[in-house]
Amino acid sequence: MDLSNQRKNQHLFWRAGFGPMAEDLTALTSRTQESFTEALWKAAERPVAYLDVADNTLKGLVMGAGDTSSMQRKELSPEEKTQFRKQSQQDIKSLNLAWLNEMVNSDAQLREKMALFWHGHFASRNLNIFYQQLLLDTIRKGALGNFGDLLKEVSKSAAMLNFLNNNQNKKDHPNENFAREVMELFTMGRGHYTEEDVKESARAFTGWGAGLNGEFIFRRGQHDDRQKTVLGKTGRFDGDDVLNLLLEQRQTAIYITRKLYRYLVNEEVDETRVQGLAERWYQSNYDIPSLLQDIFHSDWWYDARNVGSRIKSPVDLLAGIRRLLPMKIENEDVQISLQRLLGQLLFYPPNVAGWPGGTNWIDSSTLMFRLRIPELIYASGEFHLKPKDDDDQMMGMHEPPEGSRRLAESVRSEESVRPDRPRGQVIRAQIDWAPYLKRFEQVPAEQLFATIGSVVLQTPSDTGEALVKKYANGDNREEFIKAATIRLMSTPEYQLC
Amino acid sequence: MNRKKFLQAGSLATASLFLPRFLKAFERPMVVPPGNKVLIILQLSGGNDGLNTVIPVRNDIYYRSRPHLGIEKAKTALITEEVGLHPALAGLKGLYDDGSLGILSSVGYPNPDRSHFRSMDIWQTASDSRQFLSTGWLGRYLDAQCSGCEKPTQVLEIDDVVSLALKGEQIKGMALKDPRRLYTASHENYFRDIVAAHQGAATGRSAAGVHTAEQPVDYLYKTMAETLSGADYIFEQSKLRPSSAAYPATELGRNLHTIASLILSDINTRVYYLSLGSFDTHVNQAAQQQRLFTELNDAVSAFAADMKANHRFEDSLLVTFSEFGRRVAQNASGGTDHGTANTMFMIGGGLQQKGLINSLPDLDNLAEGDLKYQVDFKDVYATLLHKWLGADDKSILGRQSAYLDFI
Repeated sequence: MDLSNQRKNQHLFWRAGFGPMAEDLTALTSRTQESFTEALWKAAERPVAYLDVADNTLKGLVMGAGDTSSMQRKELSPEEKTQFRKQSQQDIKSLNLAWLNEMVNSDAQLREKMALFWHGHFASRNLNIFYQQLLLDTIRKGALGNFGDLLKEVSKSAAMLNFLNNNQNKKDHPNENFAREVMELFTMGRGHYTEEDVKESARAFTGWGAGLNGEFIFRRGQHDDRQKTVLGKTGRFDGDDVLNLLLEQRQTAIYITRKLYRYLVNEEVDETRVQGLAERWYQSNYDIPSLLQDIFHSDWWYDARNVGSRIKSPVDLLAGIRRLLPMKIENEDVQISLQRLLGQLLFYPPNVAGWPGGTNWIDSSTLMFRLRIPELIYASGEFHLKPKDDDDQMMGMHEPPEGSRRLAESVRSEESVRPDRPRGQVIRAQIDWAPYLKRFEQVPAEQLFATIGSVVLQTPSDTGEALVKKYANGDNREEFIKAATIRLMSTPEYQLC
Repeated sequence: MNRKKFLQAGSLATASLFLPRFLKAFERPMVVPPGNKVLIILQLSGGNDGLNTVIPVRNDIYYRSRPHLGIEKAKTALITEEVGLHPALAGLKGLYDDGSLGILSSVGYPNPDRSHFRSMDIWQTASDSRQFLSTGWLGRYLDAQCSGCEKPTQVLEIDDVVSLALKGEQIKGMALKDPRRLYTASHENYFRDIVAAHQGAATGRSAAGVHTAEQPVDYLYKTMAETLSGADYIFEQSKLRPSSAAYPATELGRNLHTIASLILSDINTRVYYLSLGSFDTHVNQAAQQQRLFTELNDAVSAFAADMKANHRFEDSLLVTFSEFGRRVAQNASGGTDHGTANTMFMIGGGLQQKGLINSLPDLDNLAEGDLKYQVDFKDVYATLLHKWLGADDKSILGRQSAYLDFI
């Protein structure tokens, strides 16, 4: 199948970013992929602004908490601790929304797309807003840098050191968690190291910790500086030495490349391609742009087989909708609910292995909800779904759950069963249709439906014009474009990019 | 409900085929013949405090470790001289008295994890603590049980969101809060139309000899079609023989009422999954546990009575679990912090071992203030899969398990 120039450009925008922006739609038909690719790299060169959403009282709480030699929690009174946790939890939501806005609005699409990749790769749950902000900054700044540098910076971040218990990793009492995950998930993958390698590496990481302000601290007194043997090499290794040993392993390049191939190209991995890419990446000393250029300029990047083959992650989906249909969302927080219901809440990966992705995004509940979201936005419809509680997030500070609210009448027969619905939620959004509608100004009526389909969907659909017209009012051209767009977004095809 | 329809119900009805015809006449009031086992998994989210659930009322260490939170013997629902249930669990004591409650103590796993999400992951996926799986144990049961079946209704969750426990490699269980709501939500004509258009076009292509490899979108349409037909099926079944028993007007009460109505129908569901929470009682544990246990006690008692009245109790087994127990000692905020091994309840009319299945946790022998596990929860799963559901636990759990004897 020959792909149109427009579809290829849309492919680039979906894979190297979060989909095309409404105002770019017209240019997609004429501009080349080369020029768009170049623009993506150019936008990525601009400095990354630090996303700082932490509440001022929280800053005061931490700043006033004394010197930097010990962890802040010990310095705070129990009331302050509670205040810290509550505010931190609130601020992580703000950080989520701030970053999501970057994904939607930033020209540096490639940077944010890769940052999301690393956010899932270096998955860390941490309820400290400061640590989360620092780690996000490290990841966004390093997203298109050198993988070795990124690995080292993340490994020394307070978020990761705390999440993987390295503050408890001390000479003669090693905690292996960090060493294990670094090998299993961040570099080589399972099956390429032994339990002995984990034990020995854990000793090398002893003494690595984080201070009050999230800075890296090497506690020499807790470090085991004796000899270790890791992956066949022996020496008085410290943590950096072990990370270097891991980077020396070609398997690290292969493991990361395979994961990135699945993220950018196709869930079905072409092993020959991955091996070739990985070898060249290894030769480049893990230069991330080299690997990406290699992928973008390969002769299979725009293969029809790859186009429209990936299931959008919930964040891809939500950011993509907002790019195609620019909108002002009054109740921004509703996006947190959407992420939770769809199974991808930023900053809360399910575990250190990150989001498994692919068909794991889809089950009966998430699929039916995905199909309803465009209409919920368009018509401000109400939804009555309740995400599962996350006890790590709540930290025991619970509002009484829904179930504790007693119903007035007792439940005796099926007729009287009134599901105690959680209060319905509404997405209060105003779509600015003008830039989107502009794309269709010159389109003749007989091509209108097909053109809408070509803009909205990346894969052929059997939902034809006659079917959509049953549901999309056709009296008025603009209203038809809007309604048909929403209908085509409410299909399984729209879940793919 | 006519006999023909009943016989068409498939796997659930097969047991009745082995009954002589004259015996079948007796079961006319019952929709489901005996022998069709169902399992209800009740997840106590947040880490329930097992030691204040099944209380060692003669243990000094217990009372010393919990000067404020310890529950005195006289207040407990005493089941033996040594053991009392939490005061709010009087209904469960009743079940104990009539031999339909089993208590399994010190259930856990090696290298326990104290984070909620991670430990819950481990319980839901039945993984080792160092292994990350993206499928759940009941999802893999579905994979094994349901290859090629039209509706993934063998395992249902009563919730808006599907838990990882129900997600298999090929098939994922369905979640619903209420059969009517699911039916209404999925019954939008547009959705029915686009599925029909896709299926019609696919049929047309294959009739025309165009062979296309399965596309990613086919997976989505398959899930969608299964959801729509599942929603119809569940709704139809839920109207068939709705339970007329009285249930408490709580969320758990409603959910168990929904389950009861489905159990009494001839739906092919074997496993129901639901949760109650949050049991994360770092602060003011007494009030929170009291409230949650009252909800649990009242709903489960109503459910047990309903099943008994409808002759389904012998074939129903309700199992509770939590991602971890809590530390033996109370903390400074009137609560307890995350611990390790925990207690499970088994409730049903078909227990082989009743009451205390094993000994209470040994408080003399702790690991840094935490209970040591004695029973691996994966052995409990294996027992449920093999003995109750007749499934191949080895392939589902990927391990050789030691079966327990409670069923």
